Amino acid sequence: MSRSNAELQLDESGRLLHFLTIDGLGREMLTEILDTAEGFTGVSERTIKKVPLCRGKVVANLFFETSTRTRTTFELAAKRLSADVLNLNISASATSKGETLLDTLRNLEAMHVDMFIVRHASSGAAHFIAQHADRGVGVINAGDGRHAHPTQAMLDMFTIRRHKQDFVGLRVAIVGDILHSRVARSQILALNSLGVSEVRVVAPRTLLPADARSLGVHVYHDMDEGIRDVDVIIMLRLQKERMQGALLPSEHEYFSLFGLTEKRLALADSEAIVMHPGPINRGVEMDSQVADGSRSVILQQVSYGIAIRMAVISMVIGTQNLHMQDVAV
Amino acid sequence: MNTNTKDFMNAEAVESLIDVMAGKIWTLLNERGISDPLMVGIRTGGVWLAELLHQELGLKEPLGTLDISFYRDDFTRIGMNPEVHPSDLPVPVDDRHIVLVDDVLHTGRTIRAALNEIFDYGRPGSIILAALVDRPGRELPIQPDVVGLHPVLEPDQHITLIGPDPLGLVIGTHTNRSSRNPEQE
Repeated sequence: MSRSNAELQLDESGRLLHFLTIDGLGREMLTEILDTAEGFTGVSERTIKKVPLCRGKVVANLFFETSTRTRTTFELAAKRLSADVLNLNISASATSKGETLLDTLRNLEAMHVDMFIVRHASSGAAHFIAQHADRGVGVINAGDGRHAHPTQAMLDMFTIRRHKQDFVGLRVAIVGDILHSRVARSQILALNSLGVSEVRVVAPRTLLPADARSLGVHVYHDMDEGIRDVDVIIMLRLQKERMQGALLPSEHEYFSLFGLTEKRLALADSEAIVMHPGPINRGVEMDSQVADGSRSVILQQVSYGIAIRMAVISMVIGTQNLHMQDVAV
Repeated sequence: MNTNTKDFMNAEAVESLIDVMAGKIWTLLNERGISDPLMVGIRTGGVWLAELLHQELGLKEPLGTLDISFYRDDFTRIGMNPEVHPSDLPVPVDDRHIVLVDDVLHTGRTIRAALNEIFDYGRPGSIILAALVDRPGRELPIQPDVVGLHPVLEPDQHITLIGPDPLGLVIGTHTNRSSRNPEQE
C-alpha cells in the first residue's frame, strides 16, 4: 500500500504530483509541506492577500459530499494563489442525471481544469480520480470515506509545530470516534512519520477499529488515564448519526465519560494545547470553557488550514507544470 | 552542481565594499531628505548584507526581509522552491521610503519580483535599490542606485555571495543547475 501510494503521489525526483494520503510520503516531504506553509502564513495579513503563483490556473472543487468549511478554505487558498476556482456540488448535479464519475472528469478536463480537489463519501475516490486524470492535472484529497483527510492532518501538524516547535518527545492523545474518522487515520500516520514519542487514542470500545494497535498507537478506554501528562489533545467530532447506530448510549453519557472539561484538562501537561477539527458539538466533545479557553487553538487551526492548502496546491501545480514541459520538449 | 568555483573576494574585501555602500546610501538618503527609511533585504544574500548595512547606518526601523519565491516568473518552469521562508515587512509600507538590498544584480528578474511583492504590502513612497554586485546580463529595464562592485564577467560565469559568516564572493562557470534548489540572480 505504502509503495503504490508513494508511486502515485511522487514523481521520480520525489516531488509532489498529487496529495491523496499521508501514507507513503515520509518525514522529509511532510516537513517540506510544513515549511512551505510557513512561507504562506504572512500572506493573509497583507494589504493584498494574494500571491501570483498560480495565476491562470483553474482549480475545481469537486465535492460529492458537502462540507462548508473545508470547501471554503480550499477555495480561499486557491484564490490567494491567484487561481480561478470552480465549485462543483456534484451530488446535486451530474450524478443524479446518471453521468458517471469518469464522464464528469472528462467534461471538466475538456474545460482545461488544472486541479481537482475531491471530497467523496467513498474511500479511494481521490485515488481513482488521480489514476484516471489527464497528464498535468493534479488531484488533492479533501476527505474520502473513512480513509484519509490529509490536509486536515497536515494543518494539525502545522498547529502542533507552531506551538511545540519539535515533534520529537511529544505525547499526543486523539480522543473520540477513531473508528469512523479519516482525520484520525491521517493524523496517526503523520504524527508517527514526524517522530512524536507517543500517540494515544482514547475511545470507547465501540468506536475503535479492531486493529487499532497495528496503527502504532497506545489504546486507552479511560479518558483521565489517556490524557494524563500529554502535550497535545486532539478531540474528534462525534457524528450525531452514530448515536442512532447503537454505538453510544447518549450524548450525555459520552460527555461524562469522554468529554473534555477544565477539570480533566488539568491532568494533561500544564502547557498542553487543545485541538478539534470542527465543528464542535459543545457539551458533547468538550465544554465551552475549554473550547473558548486559553489552551484552545481551534481557531488557529482554521487559519493555518489556508496556509497548508496553499502549500499543497502550489506544490502539486508546480510539479504538474514541470511534467507538462517535459511532454512539450 | 558547480564546477570550477574559485574565490574572488574574501570577507575583509566584501566588508569594505559594504562600508562604501553604506556611505553611498547615506549620501543618497540625505540628498532626498529621507530620515527613517525601511531597509529590506532579499533572501538569502541580500538579507546578510542588509543586516550589516542596517547596523552600520544605525536605522531606527527594524529590518524587513523578502522571500520572492511566490513571485518568481519561472515557477511554471522550475516548480515550487522547496526552501521558502515567510517574507516579513515589520512596518506598513504605505508612503514609506524603502532601501531594497540584494547581493547580485544580474537579469533584473529578482528585483522585478521583489517590487511586485512590496506593492502587495502597500504603496511605498519610493524605493532605492542597493546591490553589492552589478554584473552584465540585464533582461529587464532595472538599474541600481547604489553598487559595491562592477566586475567584468563572461556570460557563462556567475558570481555568488557566500556567507553569512564569513562573507565572500566566488566566481564559477555555469553548469546544469539543480532545479530543486534554483538560484535566480
